[in-house]
This record gives sequence, structure tokens and C-alpha cells, in this order.
Amino acid sequence: MEKYTPSEMMIIAAARALAGVKTVFVGIGLPNAACNLARRTVAPDLALIYESGVYGARPERLPFSIGDPALVTGALSIFPMPDVFALYLQGGWVEVAFLGAAQIDRFGNLNTTVIGDYHHPKVRLPGSGGACDIATHARRVFIVTRLQRRRFVERLDFVTSPGHLDGGNRRQELGIPGGGPALVVTDRAIFTFDDETREMTLSSLHPGVTLEEVRAEIGWEIKVASDLEVTEPPTEEELRILREELDPQGIYR
Amino acid sequence: MKLMSMREAIAAYVHDGDTVAIEGFTACIPFAAGHEIIRQGRRDLTLVRLTPDLLFDQMIAAGCARKLIFSFLGNPGVGSLHAIRRAVEKGVPHPLELEEYSHAGTVARYLAGAYRLPFYPLHSYVGTDYPKINPNIRFVDSPFGNGRVAVVPPLNPDVGIIHAQRADVNGNTQLWGLVGVQKEVAFASKHVIVVVEEIVDEEVIRADPNRTMIPGFVVDAVVHEPYGAHPSYVQGYYDRDNQFYLEWEEISRDEARLQAWLDEWVYGVRDRAEYVEKMGPETWERLKPGTAPSGQVDYGRYV
Repeated sequence: MEKYTPSEMMIIAAARALAGVKTVFVGIGLPNAACNLARRTVAPDLALIYESGVYGARPERLPFSIGDPALVTGALSIFPMPDVFALYLQGGWVEVAFLGAAQIDRFGNLNTTVIGDYHHPKVRLPGSGGACDIATHARRVFIVTRLQRRRFVERLDFVTSPGHLDGGNRRQELGIPGGGPALVVTDRAIFTFDDETREMTLSSLHPGVTLEEVRAEIGWEIKVASDLEVTEPPTEEELRILREELDPQGIYR
Repeated sequence: MKLMSMREAIAAYVHDGDTVAIEGFTACIPFAAGHEIIRQGRRDLTLVRLTPDLLFDQMIAAGCARKLIFSFLGNPGVGSLHAIRRAVEKGVPHPLELEEYSHAGTVARYLAGAYRLPFYPLHSYVGTDYPKINPNIRFVDSPFGNGRVAVVPPLNPDVGIIHAQRADVNGNTQLWGLVGVQKEVAFASKHVIVVVEEIVDEEVIRADPNRTMIPGFVVDAVVHEPYGAHPSYVQGYYDRDNQFYLEWEEISRDEARLQAWLDEWVYGVRDRAEYVEKMGPETWERLKPGTAPSGQVDYGRYV
């Protein structure tokens, strides 16, 4: 087996989770690479939707941003931003959405707003963009982020995007339409959410990663699945597509 | 006939203390208009944009704004907006009031404004901290007994500024590629300035009416300003100057360097034409896209 990096494992694991999916809401960066890999492997019918108002993009270069002109040329549809939120998201058409976060808690609630107090922040982060709306409406949310103790925290400094709130059926009780976080893919392990408690649960360790290493990067006592697995390492074909077709410059290595 | 110079348009429609929406989602960002606002020394503005982008970083560093209404504070695809962060984190050059939404919330404010409705509903914000930091985000029960939704109030900017590919002299404006919230802002704003790459005959507009996003009657001023959206892009005309977006990450980190940049590229030029000349032909050659003409449709002729 060829050597691969933790980032490549993260992209490949995220791509596999898209098996059979047809509509995915995505930004640029690692999740974008995952979607493009999925389209060439497990999800040939996958269409990418961007919050900039693009459906079915087929860019001829790696986009600089979610508003890149290369996403427009050759796309299936371009639409105004009210449509992005009212028709595509609120209409319930987005099967899976990818989100990242500066902080995530055990129920998959996300912070991308501030570190520290909102009114006197230590670090002012970008805020929501569409993330709060995406987290509210997508049928399933996949979170892709590095496993780091400063990210996986007991308590968020600000709740930007709703996950499973304080667990159980709280989301449904409050009438939040989308299904919430279903998966967290990191560079070391994969997490799912318990069907009843909705608490994040370690479900798979990437090859060579120990349970202790994962625990050390999480700010609470992480639940571990009884059938904890080891992630299948990348296949030669997955690595070939990723390196030769999607990321020839090695940006995501 | 609404054709004006940028200097005339900004002098006529942007005043100290105004609420100014400058839209264009990553594409067609009206940099030339923003720079003219800086040159004319406007103060105490409430600036509104979904994504403040480099333009508001520059305008805030120049001291134009008192308040910012927004939903994503980043240098798209690159990193942070350091001038705005300095204002928020350290109060430098002076504190900046923030009024913050998610994109759907900011869009909803424009919609309520454009539709002249008292509020606009959306599902977002349940279970989040937004209602605690933004009193304009409230919840109401549906009078039809089918749920509870968030609502936001209308936003009717004193002036809305947008950039597009082309318009006729009466302001009938055609825009393609990403269309963002430009139409909604134009309808919501009390005055509208449209900046375009090309002024075309009315017959050109009439030959493709589906592409007219903004009707002339909502437009007060049409400004002809080629390359007026640089360093952002205009679909089919020029690419984003990503090199500059990357450089801005460094320039904006350093307050002195940022002020030197403003001195050279904003205060140091008379207008956008001089900026374009100073930038040099190699820049415009580098940013020139290949060609990908649209498919054609036949509108039919009915006599």
C-alpha cells in the first residue's frame, strides 16, 4: 500500500460517505475535493450546490472561492441567493451538506463566530455565512475538520449553527426542519451520532491511530462504539484520482 | 438619461451617516464606487454586505464606517479581514458596531425591504446564540397554528450600489454569472447606483430581456467604469485578481502598510481610469478569460 497523509485519508473517508448521494451543498477546500472524488467513485450522479447560487458546477480549474467564475461556466444552473436559501435549502432538496467549525461540541453544535466573549472576542472568526441556514435545513450534515483539542470542546463560546442542541429529540421538538449532524470526519478518526441520545460517538479509527490519541484531542469523555472499526486505508485508485486528477499541485496533501 | 461620472454619483447619493448597501457576491464587487466613497471622505456610514470582503476592509480602515451589517467576515478562499478584525478586537482605528446575521437572514432583510413587508420569516436561528446578540432576530408563532419561525425586519438602504456587465443610459441593467442579491438590493434601496463595464444601446437590452435583472426605473445613476470591480471579477470580462486577494492577507495585517496602500491606490489616483492605467496593461492581459459564449435562444417575432 502506498503511503498517504492524514489529510488524504480525511478526504477519502468523506468521499466514501457520499455513496449514492445526488445533491450535496459544499464549500471549497477539503470537502470540495471529497465531493469531486465521490463523483468519480461512489456517487456518479452527485451534483454540487454552492451557496453562491450554482448547481451542477463543472469547473476547469481548482476554484479560488465558492464564487469563482469557473463554477459558473458550464454549470447546470445559476440562481439568485434568495433561491439558494428559500428554494434549495428551505425546500428540503439538499441531501447532504458539508460544514467545518472552529469549535464543535458533543452534539455537533458548531461555532464559527468568536473565540472568547462575543462582545470582547479574543479572536473574531468569519461568522455564519450560510452555515446556520445549512445546518438548519440540510437533511444530513457532514462535518469535516481536524481532530484538535481546541476544536472539540465541552462548551462552545458561541452557537453559530445548530447541531443536535442538547441531544435527544430536541431539534425536532423545536421544529428545526433538517436532520442535523450525521457524521464527523477528521484526520484521525470518524464519528457518528447515537440514534437516541444524538451524542457524538467514535465509530472508526484511521489506520495506525490509537484510542488514547483520539481521547487526548477531545475535551469531554467521548463515547466509543461497541463495534469500533478501523477505517479502510485509501485504495490505489482513490489516491490516484485524488493526486493526479483533483489535486495535482498537492494542496491537500 | 442617467449617465454620471462616479464622482458625481457618489457626491449626489452617498452622504455622511447613510446606510449604504454595496452588493455582489464574490463577483462584481463595486470597488471603484467604494474607493470614490473613501476619496470623498464619507464618515459614520452603516455599511451593509453579505460578505464585507476586501472592499469593506479598505473602507473601514479608511474610517468611513460606524457600523457594519453582514453575515460572513472573511477574505473568501484566503483568510481574514484584518482591518475589520482590528476594529472589532481592539477598537482600531475606532470601534465598529456589528449587526450580524446568517446569509439567509441578511437576504431576508433585503427581501422584506424590497417587498415593503413589515418582516420576513425564516427557519434559521432556533437553538443558536444569534437572538442573544442581535435584537432584530425575533420569533413569532404562525397565525395559522403551524409552527414558530424567526423573523427579521426590512432593510431599506439609503443607497444601494451594484456592479454589472452592461446597461443602457436609462439604467436597464443586464447581469450574468453569479447574480447574488443585486436585484433585491436595487428594489429595496431608496437610491440606486449601477456601475457597468459597458454602456449599450437600448436595442441590445431589448434583444435579450430575460437577462435584464434591474429595470431602469429603480436606478438613479448609471456609471460607466471599465474594470470597476477589480480585484474582484466580472463574468466574461476579467478574472478575480487572486494574487491581490492573497497579498491583501499581508497588507491588511499591518495597519501602516494598509494606510500606505490606501495612499497609493485610492487617495493617490483621481479616479478608476487612473487606477486602471497605473495597474498597467499586463494586469488586464493576465486577468482576461478565454471565451465561452452562451447558447442562443429564439424569442420569436410576433407581428
